[in-house]
Amino acid sequence: MAIKAATPVIPANQVPKLNYLTNGYTLKSWLLTTDHKRIAILYLISVSAFFFLGGFFAMLIRLELLTPEGDLMQADTYNKVFTMHGIVMVFFFLIPVVPAILGNFVLPLMVGAKDLAFPRINLLSWYLYIAAGVLFLHCMLSGGVDTGWTFYTPYSTAASNTNVIEAGLAIFIAGFSSIFTGLNFIVTVHRMRAPGLTWSRLPLFIWSTYATSLVMILGTPVIAITMVLVVAERLLHLGIFDPNLGGDPVLFQHLFWFYSHPAVYIMILPSMGVISEIVPCFARKRVFGYKFVALSSVAIAVFGFLVWAHHLFVAGISLYAALIFSFLSFVVAVPSAIKVFNWTATLYKGSITYATPMLYAFGFIGLFTIGGLTGIMLATIGVDVHVTDTYFVIAHFHYVMVGGVLMGYLGGLHFWWPKITGRMYPEGWAKLSALFVFVGFNLTFFPQFILGYLGMPRRYWQYPPEFQVLNVLSTAGASILAVGYLLPMIYLLWSLRYGPLAGDNPWGAAGLEWKTASPPPTFNFDETPVVTWEAYNYDEIPEPKELEAPVAR
Amino acid sequence: MTADHEAHNPALLHHFADAQQQKNAASLGMWLFLVTEIMFFGGMFCAYLIYRLAYFNAFAAGSQQLNIWMGGINTAVLIVSSVTVVLAVKAAEAGKRKLLTGYLVVTVLLGMTFLVIKGFEYAEKFEKHHVPGSTFNFTEKFDDNGKQIDVNPKEAELFFSLYFVMTGMHALHMVIGCGLFSTLAVLAWKGHFTANYFTPIENGGLYWHLVDIIWIYLFPLLYLISRHT
Repeated sequence: MAIKAATPVIPANQVPKLNYLTNGYTLKSWLLTTDHKRIAILYLISVSAFFFLGGFFAMLIRLELLTPEGDLMQADTYNKVFTMHGIVMVFFFLIPVVPAILGNFVLPLMVGAKDLAFPRINLLSWYLYIAAGVLFLHCMLSGGVDTGWTFYTPYSTAASNTNVIEAGLAIFIAGFSSIFTGLNFIVTVHRMRAPGLTWSRLPLFIWSTYATSLVMILGTPVIAITMVLVVAERLLHLGIFDPNLGGDPVLFQHLFWFYSHPAVYIMILPSMGVISEIVPCFARKRVFGYKFVALSSVAIAVFGFLVWAHHLFVAGISLYAALIFSFLSFVVAVPSAIKVFNWTATLYKGSITYATPMLYAFGFIGLFTIGGLTGIMLATIGVDVHVTDTYFVIAHFHYVMVGGVLMGYLGGLHFWWPKITGRMYPEGWAKLSALFVFVGFNLTFFPQFILGYLGMPRRYWQYPPEFQVLNVLSTAGASILAVGYLLPMIYLLWSLRYGPLAGDNPWGAAGLEWKTASPPPTFNFDETPVVTWEAYNYDEIPEPKELEAPVAR
Repeated sequence: MTADHEAHNPALLHHFADAQQQKNAASLGMWLFLVTEIMFFGGMFCAYLIYRLAYFNAFAAGSQQLNIWMGGINTAVLIVSSVTVVLAVKAAEAGKRKLLTGYLVVTVLLGMTFLVIKGFEYAEKFEKHHVPGSTFNFTEKFDDNGKQIDVNPKEAELFFSLYFVMTGMHALHMVIGCGLFSTLAVLAWKGHFTANYFTPIENGGLYWHLVDIIWIYLFPLLYLISRHT
């Protein structure tokens, strides 16, 4: 009796509101959810698992390359390790990471919708991703593949006796996961925007995710059919890419890069969108040249489809084709540069706070610029012929993929973490890990530019001894980078329980996602918001108290 | 989510403001999906055109070996099935349940007719050893307006490889379409669709038309354009 009397009675107005995390605790309520926020969490867990798997392969590569001799593994094993590093990182990490995790979570919130247009298809996307992942894991455990992530024929047809069919099917299925995500996003942006949220008021993250989705639905089917043709060639001995049967391996390269070059923009565009959110928020300024930043995303998506053959400069395409593709590759750099200029201009006379998301944004801008400018070098036919298939190319695309995409992702994850979990991450640890990531990244990949320029080819498990110093630097950098990636994993999990409560809008950020509770309720908004303001109206939003500089009062 | 709203339209999902928004979203989603299908087949069309230009004689000779009658009848069957799909959508619009079910069933039957005829066509290819692989044997010549031109059998094999991949992918889409329309027929019979809500019929119809249109391109490309005798 006494115990009963002691039970505290919580007044009705203090009962914690049900949010998407507390709305059901069963496994079923997660695995059969159609809530975009829960699906984003499912993606967060599974994509992170693949990231650490791909990172494990990366560490094996760097360990092997610590010494000039092939001592850690044999050539065949090394072929498999770099192939699986590439496949895992490209198809199971970089493609889904920002759209499927951050996009899934914040896109409906940003447009003021209760959910994506097709919640069940959204869940299907995740299951397709998992099916593809399981298939690929099985392929890996039953011997792996050794074709390189590009599956070039005849490496992937006549020359390989590994499990190419399974890997191809895994990529086929993962492709449909990404098609459905893109389709869902486009329809949501077109049909589910809150009243008053016109196209010119959309957050730039929406614009870039929209452009990404266009690339996803136009490009991914082509890699799907290409994989079908490779599988058919292996299974049924059709000769579509086999020169012995009259086929042409260069056709494979055309079809492959028709998807896989735009896929680079699937990876980088959403991260650019994240940066466009972070920079105005922590500079307390409306983004400079909103329309240019918005339309440059679309321009990148369009021009991105017209540059694929710059991967084929040494594959025997005609000189005129090479000239045109070289020119178009220069053109695609223009909208990317517009973004960089506009972010920088946004900083001008801004009231800048160096919070962790902003550190990652700075990292992104610097590293993406290096990655982009070396891309221009590679688009120049003369230079490309010299450095094709060397570490220069490796360094270039890691500056874009890791220095760009991953920095953007980590920035966004920290930025929206209070919204996702309702808790703040520990700022000190986060800044430290951002520093580790930046230093480790540059130490890993900058030496590779030099290695490549000196002529070290990619995909070899041995190298001449004179390259060792730079390779040791690179491996040392990789170990620092690994610490930088493991730290957030630890402190973000820690913050789930011990992080201080964030409140609805800890950054004083613009955007509809900050106008609902943290974590948001299942249907996002208690009532449909009506938008009467322009995007990034930071001149009208007071700075949050915690972020104000201490002044004597 | 007011009570009378619910009673009005049980098919309205919670996250849409009204039925019109839901319908517009579903329709846009379907059109986007069709775009991905076009890109999917586009890769094969691209491969076909490149090799046809490279190995014109062999491709023409291979094309002349296709059974134009079966292909022609199949084209007619598909065009008629598209008509029944249009009639089904009309019937759904008018809320005529039995008529709708009837048209859906006829569409499925026509789709299956197509697949059966295609099956006979494939069987003929096996008999003539025109299936790529170790048993492939191609001795026919390209009949260029009466002039007989020898062709490289490897190049002809490439034609048949593409023929089988392209028509095979199309047939797979037909099988999926038949499954889809069978499901729709059952739902229609059970009274799932009303004059206010028949979006799945419309979208299923869009899919069916697209698969038809792909055949309308496949038929001349594979069967007709080399037959200038």
